[in-house]
Amino acid sequence: MAAGGADKFSVLLPTYNERENLPLVVWLLARTFQESGNNFEIIIIDDGSPDGTQEVAEQLEKIYGSDKIVMREIISVLFSSGTAYIHGMKHATGNFIVIMDADLSHHVSLHFIKQKEGNFDIVSGTRYKGNGGVYGWDLKRKLISRGANFITQVLLRPGASDLTGSFRLYRKEVLQKLMEKCVSKGYVFQMEMIVRARQLGYTIGEVPISFVDRVYGESKLGGNEIVSFLKGLLTLFATT
Amino acid sequence: MTKLGQWLCGLALLGSAWAALALAPPGLRLPAPYRQALLPLPVYLLVAFGCYSLATVGYRLATFNDCEEAAAELQEHIRAARADLRRQGLRF
Repeated sequence: MAAGGADKFSVLLPTYNERENLPLVVWLLARTFQESGNNFEIIIIDDGSPDGTQEVAEQLEKIYGSDKIVMREIISVLFSSGTAYIHGMKHATGNFIVIMDADLSHHVSLHFIKQKEGNFDIVSGTRYKGNGGVYGWDLKRKLISRGANFITQVLLRPGASDLTGSFRLYRKEVLQKLMEKCVSKGYVFQMEMIVRARQLGYTIGEVPISFVDRVYGESKLGGNEIVSFLKGLLTLFATT
Repeated sequence: MTKLGQWLCGLALLGSAWAALALAPPGLRLPAPYRQALLPLPVYLLVAFGCYSLATVGYRLATFNDCEEAAAELQEHIRAARADLRRQGLRF
């Protein structure tokens, strides 16, 4: 039985070729949690990276201890966030789950403090409110981002300002419930989670976050996202 | 009801109200000036919405925060992280 019912945070990090970024993310997370005195674990779900990501993860496990770093490998050709989260959750022992990107684009911050303030079921990082924002984005990318978000707000009226962000905190049972219901992939998956959460009556808090463009490594984003984003958006529009 | 369903219902409601008043059957006829004003209303509303959209997206684009501080802080963190991890025996 957990002493005093203390909270434990499980961070899920899906990785693909993040050999450079992974140690830095882990170090930042460990330091943030240690400074705030919270119990944590980091679950790395690697999609068979050929660049030695797993080897680095094993080294980190030795440094931080295997109660803090858990490495799980899945080898699947069509790696999607959803698959990674499902695998990761199976091994999570915390009562709160943090999902974020392992490529240093999400500036590590004390997301979860907000959860305490409002006892929210979900805390969503937003780039569009408060002092949230981005770094390293050109005008075109910003325009597409704001434009897409505007269309999403008009069509879905989701009650959250940033739907495609993927820096979030969920209560474990809330995430499990949502994972059962969500069927989309990629950006749209993140959007569907929020929309379904609203439908199920979960409370959602927002925290401004900084999205810093790739420090190391190549961006994995390809060219067809706009089309698949619109397709996904229209699907959500018609089915939720 | 799905969002699409809500939109279709809303449009059906507004559409039939507009059709009834603007393309009026004899029983319901409003004075001519009113009908003339109502007739192009859908187009006006569409244009107004278009302008609102452009203005909103433009405003949000202009006020999109650039996180200079966060980026600088991140660089510092990276330096500290690399040094610390090297000390703890990580081979990059």
